[in-house]
Amino acid sequence: MDGLDSKATILLMGLRRGGKSSICKVVFHNMQPLDTFYLESTTNPTSEHFSTLIDLGVMELPGQLNYFEPSYESENLFKSVGALVYVIDSQDEYLSALTNLAMIIEYAYKVNPRINFEVLIHKVDSLSEDFKLDTQRDIMQRTGDELLDLGLEGVQVSFYLTSIFDHSIYEAFSRIVQKLVPELPFLENMLDNLVQHSKIEKCFLFDINSKIYVATDSSPVDIQTYEVCAEFVDVTIDLQDLYKNNEEREMKSVSTLVNGVVIYLRQMIRGLALVALIRPTDSSTATVDYDTSIESCLTVMDYNIDIFKKGLENVWKHAKVLPEENERSVQQDQFQTAF
Amino acid sequence: MSSNNRKKLLLMGRSGAGKSSMRSIIFSNYSAFDTRRLGATIDVEHSHLRFLGNMTLNLWDCGGQDVFMENYFTQQKDHIFQMVQVLIHVFDVESQEVIRDIEIFTRALKQLKKYSPDAKIFVLLHKMDLVQLDKRNELFEIMMSKLQEASAIYGFPDLVGFPTSIWDESLYKAWSKIVCSLIPNMNVYQSNLKKLKQVLDAREIILFEKATFLVVCSSNTSMGESLDPKRFEKISSVMKNFKQSSMKLKSSFKTLVLNDNIYVSELSPNMICFIVLHRNDDPQDMVLENIKKAKQYFQ
Repeated sequence: MDGLDSKATILLMGLRRGGKSSICKVVFHNMQPLDTFYLESTTNPTSEHFSTLIDLGVMELPGQLNYFEPSYESENLFKSVGALVYVIDSQDEYLSALTNLAMIIEYAYKVNPRINFEVLIHKVDSLSEDFKLDTQRDIMQRTGDELLDLGLEGVQVSFYLTSIFDHSIYEAFSRIVQKLVPELPFLENMLDNLVQHSKIEKCFLFDINSKIYVATDSSPVDIQTYEVCAEFVDVTIDLQDLYKNNEEREMKSVSTLVNGVVIYLRQMIRGLALVALIRPTDSSTATVDYDTSIESCLTVMDYNIDIFKKGLENVWKHAKVLPEENERSVQQDQFQTAF
Repeated sequence: MSSNNRKKLLLMGRSGAGKSSMRSIIFSNYSAFDTRRLGATIDVEHSHLRFLGNMTLNLWDCGGQDVFMENYFTQQKDHIFQMVQVLIHVFDVESQEVIRDIEIFTRALKQLKKYSPDAKIFVLLHKMDLVQLDKRNELFEIMMSKLQEASAIYGFPDLVGFPTSIWDESLYKAWSKIVCSLIPNMNVYQSNLKKLKQVLDAREIILFEKATFLVVCSSNTSMGESLDPKRFEKISSVMKNFKQSSMKLKSSFKTLVLNDNIYVSELSPNMICFIVLHRNDDPQDMVLENIKKAKQYFQ
């Protein structure tokens, strides 16, 4: 998937003023969404490198250029990327964007059929709920037609409704990045194991800097749960920064809510943090031994997460040296028995 | 409830200065972004807020269009300016008509002198985020000296002013100071807090009001520590965001333990304490037990 380069690369494309630089700034640089109003137009391809669970490169192309001029080495470019993200401005007339998209897909698919094509239907924050779905259906329909005309009906294209003013852009990027993590099934398996054994309702493995989640357990993702967990990462980091001692410690924070829900955060390897949502008591038994059940639950959590972390370290140690499938699945087996 | 516990706060300023935005952020859990949707306030909007259990804040948000303003100073003057505890006057730093802004401020002071001469006066220079960083201080000083002059004439010599913006923590700082000036038994809280700090051997303890997360008081730690001077406001805004996000789980915040050395917990039905310990090897149970025991002193 990653071609010659060792890191997975995401290519960000779209017409001018579609919001590509804003997306980059908001997701990877923690810029306030409102500040992106003042971004200049991007003139040169910019590429940046982020090290999260995987090494991730994000390359942004200026919208106003034509990539089919021979001066751009478009062939090499498309060969080296894992995902092509095309940004469509949903508040603007999008027909020309769709034509442009179809052209790009046609070319890129020829060069590298393994690219994941992702389409962000962007700036949906000002559209009403009905209109959002209409727009999405229309865009999907037209893209399908265009690709059919070009004889490319086999190409998989995923669509996302996004806006930088809520968490939808993080959600979309999480899914895009996850497609580039070859170890994802193992991670999910490990998280499922953890969830089963610790009364966890939902857990995410977050990249601390970008609030993208690189993995989650297999229960469906509820956007609100995701938001709460992502915001908890912010709360933890912000409070820790205020009273930082010189010693660097592993972050850990636990918060209980009035209805008994516990939000649990532990720092893992490589700038990742595990955030879990726990409901220690069933509504039927929530009476007398309320407090003790939270405590015992946390003890079990701590123990299990220690094991999970070791598993994560092992998987990664070996993934670096021997990236063969069987080596990793052996590790996975060992981990499962450790539970 | 004795009438002494009802406090009347006037929130005044010219149209568009950001009065209703402030009120919505501090007391109604709006985010700064949400305030764009607020329309103009018509006449006076009253809100009654319970603060620290037994205190009621009657906030009179006075719409700032000239028509209403004229009305306040003529027909309604005795109604508006009677029994006022606090006047909060908001100035838009971007305003084109500074002279007129100050004129209205002095007219309000004139009425106050007549109807409630004991009122405390606060001025907020609002929308500071629109001014360049290096110019902010200078602008604030100039404006304050002018306002000080104006208010001294009307018998309110000790004017307190704050530079504010809804986009950072400065708003919390200003409102904490304003609201704290209304709490009668402040010394009790202060001394209890000091004792608690000794018992826990804590680095710092801060007391927050629960609904608004405004700082009530803090144990002063001036022991040569270089801590962020804006930390109170930052904690307020961080915790308030967290409170809001916990609402998405249909619940509200109860406790938070971070790295075993920061404890945030309810102290009474309307107060939250924020405790920072020196070490992180104190057994958690013991700290929690101490907090539980302390609760009775903060009822």
